[in-house]
Amino acid sequence: MKMKATSQEKVVVIPCSGIGKAFGSISRDAVYEVTENLRKDTTQTLCLALLVSGDEESLQLVRNSKCITVDGCPLQCAQKNVSLAGGNLAGSLRVVDAYKDNRQLKPKSVTFLDSDGQQMALAIAEKVAEKVDDLLGEH
Amino acid sequence: MVTAQERKVGIISCSGEGCVEGTISRVATRLVLGKLRPNETVTICLPLFLAGGKEEREFARDYPTITVDGCDKACAKIATGRYSGNPASSIVVTDLTKNWLCPQLSSRRKLNDETLTVAGKVAERIAEEVDVVLRRWV
Repeated sequence: MKMKATSQEKVVVIPCSGIGKAFGSISRDAVYEVTENLRKDTTQTLCLALLVSGDEESLQLVRNSKCITVDGCPLQCAQKNVSLAGGNLAGSLRVVDAYKDNRQLKPKSVTFLDSDGQQMALAIAEKVAEKVDDLLGEH
Repeated sequence: MVTAQERKVGIISCSGEGCVEGTISRVATRLVLGKLRPNETVTICLPLFLAGGKEEREFARDYPTITVDGCDKACAKIATGRYSGNPASSIVVTDLTKNWLCPQLSSRRKLNDETLTVAGKVAERIAEEVDVVLRRWV
């Protein structure tokens, strides 16, 4: 039986949530799929903007937990910001890489993900979940 | 001098991942950009702005901005002020919803119909602020 992890033992999964393109929305949906469904007992997320604002609780959380960032585009703002905050970065994924692996999908909608966007988010979420299992030694 | 056609207001949403109001801030901002004031507004990607995006910071310094925050921690407003100058206007979703008769808000991932209605009302409020900022722009 899997034990529930405490707040500090949970892997923190942080999307960029970029607002200009579908890739940012996909990063956000993928993280919610992991933290609310696939690995809800062993992961959590936090507000990236709050972390970068210098919120002490958020800073302590990313410094004392393993973190995985999910960025929409190659600028990798979530990864950069977690690194700048001194976070314990244990992995990073990019939606653009998933796009290369799933060229049949053409996500377009930003505000509300279309079917292709949702499928891509699920594909990324599964990769994040595998990474979480690796980090927690659950293979 | 910036012509009327070149006048753009930057909308900066917190998009906070931790609460449904962050999702409302994001959806409301997208509704303003896509439907309510598509010709008068642009958005600035807050994570890029925070990571040091030069163009984003210059735009927010040179053009008026409206920040849209989910909660009173006001991360978008504080960041804009810190890196580019105070926004022309700022909106906090929880300040609005506490004065509205709101239904139980939905999950932060997918907004239900009632919460989408709230996001639409927030979008209308942002659009009103856009009009005010543009009227002030001489």
